[in-house]
Amino acid sequence: MRRSALPALLGTATLVLTACGSGDDAATGGGAGPVAVAASDSTCDVSRTELTSGKNVLSISNKGSKTTEVYLYAEGDRIIAEKENIAPGLSYDLTVQVQPGSYTVACKPGQVGDGIRTPVTVAGDAAPTADPVTEKAVADYRAYVQQQADALIPLATGFADAVKAGDVAKAQSLYAPSRVPWEAIEPVAEAFGDLDPAVDLREADLEPDQEWTGWHRIEKALWVDGSTDGMAPVADGLIANLVDLQSRVPDAEMTATSIGNGAKELLDEVATGKITGEEEAFSHTDLVDFDANVAGAKKAYDVLRPIVQESQPDLVTQLDRAFADVTAALKPYATPGGSYVSYETVDEAGRRELARVVDALGEPLSQLAAAATR
Amino acid sequence: MTPETAPAPDPGGVSRRRALGMLGVGAAAVGAGAALRVGAASAAPPPPDTFAFYGPHQAGIVSPVQGHLHFAAYDVTTTDRTALVLLLRKWTEAAAAMTEGREVGSTGALGGPALAPPQDTGEALGHPASRLTITFGFGPSLFDGRFGLADRRPPALADLPAFAGDTLDPQRSNGDLCIQACADDPQVAVHAIRNLSRLAAGAAAVRWAQLGFGRAATTSTAEQTPRNLFGFKDGTANVLADDTAALDEHVWAAPGDGAAWMAGGSYLVGRQIRMLIETWDRSSLREQEQIIGRDKGEGAPLGSRRERDEVVPTALPRDSHVRLSHPSMNGGARLLRRGYNFVEGSDGLGHLDAGLFFLAYQRDPRKAFVPIQRRLSRDDTLNEYIRHTGSSVWAVPPGVQPGQYVGQPLFT
Repeated sequence: MRRSALPALLGTATLVLTACGSGDDAATGGGAGPVAVAASDSTCDVSRTELTSGKNVLSISNKGSKTTEVYLYAEGDRIIAEKENIAPGLSYDLTVQVQPGSYTVACKPGQVGDGIRTPVTVAGDAAPTADPVTEKAVADYRAYVQQQADALIPLATGFADAVKAGDVAKAQSLYAPSRVPWEAIEPVAEAFGDLDPAVDLREADLEPDQEWTGWHRIEKALWVDGSTDGMAPVADGLIANLVDLQSRVPDAEMTATSIGNGAKELLDEVATGKITGEEEAFSHTDLVDFDANVAGAKKAYDVLRPIVQESQPDLVTQLDRAFADVTAALKPYATPGGSYVSYETVDEAGRRELARVVDALGEPLSQLAAAATR
Repeated sequence: MTPETAPAPDPGGVSRRRALGMLGVGAAAVGAGAALRVGAASAAPPPPDTFAFYGPHQAGIVSPVQGHLHFAAYDVTTTDRTALVLLLRKWTEAAAAMTEGREVGSTGALGGPALAPPQDTGEALGHPASRLTITFGFGPSLFDGRFGLADRRPPALADLPAFAGDTLDPQRSNGDLCIQACADDPQVAVHAIRNLSRLAAGAAAVRWAQLGFGRAATTSTAEQTPRNLFGFKDGTANVLADDTAALDEHVWAAPGDGAAWMAGGSYLVGRQIRMLIETWDRSSLREQEQIIGRDKGEGAPLGSRRERDEVVPTALPRDSHVRLSHPSMNGGARLLRRGYNFVEGSDGLGHLDAGLFFLAYQRDPRKAFVPIQRRLSRDDTLNEYIRHTGSSVWAVPPGVQPGQYVGQPLFT
């Protein structure tokens, strides 16, 4: 669970932005230097409208009196890149990767409306624009996320059905497994800011008077109240949100950097939520989430591994060993049914050992995003 | 300090001189003794390296922020109002003495009978006054009826509401009384709390305490803005000591604010904020800067060049800390922050038990800290890396005049 109600932007837009005030990052792409975008309250002058495929830099300056935002759209207004909140007098360099085709630059003074639009065309070769290894990594990871989001539906539906049938024991047994795919892809889901709090908010993170929905609401009903009274609408809402997630994966912004950051965030989740036993305060199934978080991080690492193998082979060695250590440390707590013991049964020394291996993995894993970004 | 600058006659010639003490003396005599002694003290020029204890406001609020903190919250254990007042008299006299670099008690650390324990515990002998300030506050529970104060509770001393994400430990929250001791020498700050706690025996007992270091805020543009444990400059946009208009509007309680006895006082919110240091350290520089809304080196608002360039909140990331806490986003609310970093060893999982002991003075928390924290607790991305683990709110009464005791207007 991400502890901010605003949508996560870090994994998406900011990764392709170079937010410096003065164009210090000299533009290198497109063969002809940066494209100046001069925005005012009523104009949006684009210095060149014919670009070359690959990396291009839009040097945006807001000369108007209103805060503006600038978009680069592909056909059908599919967002390629955007920069919001450019205050009057400020400038930003927006770095974009573009394939040949037709695009639109739009400035939105006051950050409203469809914007002042200028069509631009991109010529050149299609292939070299994106690095094929990176493209494959992103495609593989997107496929994995979709697969997990798809797998969520039957698992969560089975859980929801048990809740609605009033079968507490069965709902308890299906609770933790229903969360596994979610826990594996949580950073991607968090980028859709409204979904995460709706399905995964913990009681401690509730605002006063905020309606509590999602898995943990039902968790408390099952383990504290021993009852499913009033939980049917919560279960229905959970499924509706997960179906929504499933449909949104194809549009999720993904780059090698965001995948690498996502892996690091999954380990942060383990370090701050699972090791402490905060996540599953009532069911104590934290180790199931733990395993799923690590599996999701491992997948992200696996798709990026070929890139890192080239850029930082030592990091690969280090990460392989650290992942193996975490897996080994979890093993004693596995149960024959493919699940894990209650976290309540893990004593202080055991928790400390888990924290140690998680930190030992988290530290090199935090280097992954930078190492995987070409 | 030298004998020449000493404000009161004392033959000792040591750097810490003895205050006329009151231990073992009756309450009536204490009042007289205190008046006599402090009268003499206030007449002389202030010793170097000291901040005046007496004045319209308590010291330790707008005073330049010292390097170290020892903060203690107390439960009052007596139910006798007279005993409570006596404690405040003792504390006032001892605080005035220690602030001036003097020892506690009539015989100090070494001047008493060899067979009796010394009145002053002695660890500050030879240490300079170190700009020590001692600031006293009253918690909401002091007004619960034990001392006939229920109808004197200021409306602004409302209990803080619950905020999203609060993980408060009752053992680190609330209390009847508090003392904030700040000094440039940590041993001097510890000496102050230690001796004041000792004087409280039988009347009040320490409920919780907090050590802090590396001032995490500044009240003066002349000082370098300090850094918190996340490595960022903290307190750039603080209410400053020389901005009297802002202090009157945002920090000092006024006679018409609902509790006349608090005029010239202020309200203090203390929050123990645990920082999840290890996960923070693994976040990229860009993420750190986006979360805070300032660049890490200079401390400039993102998109600007210099630390004190104007903050344009709408130009900052939507969920950044600086944007969300900016006065323009919170109805103009401002705080005088005076927090300190803390490290309390390890948390048992091999992680630093560390963070920020947030201290903020304001005229009315209901209009300042509460709305700001409500917004931050909901939207601030920084919440990923912090936990609020302790909370308290205090009425900090106005300053003391020689012959008075701290909080006297409340009891008269």
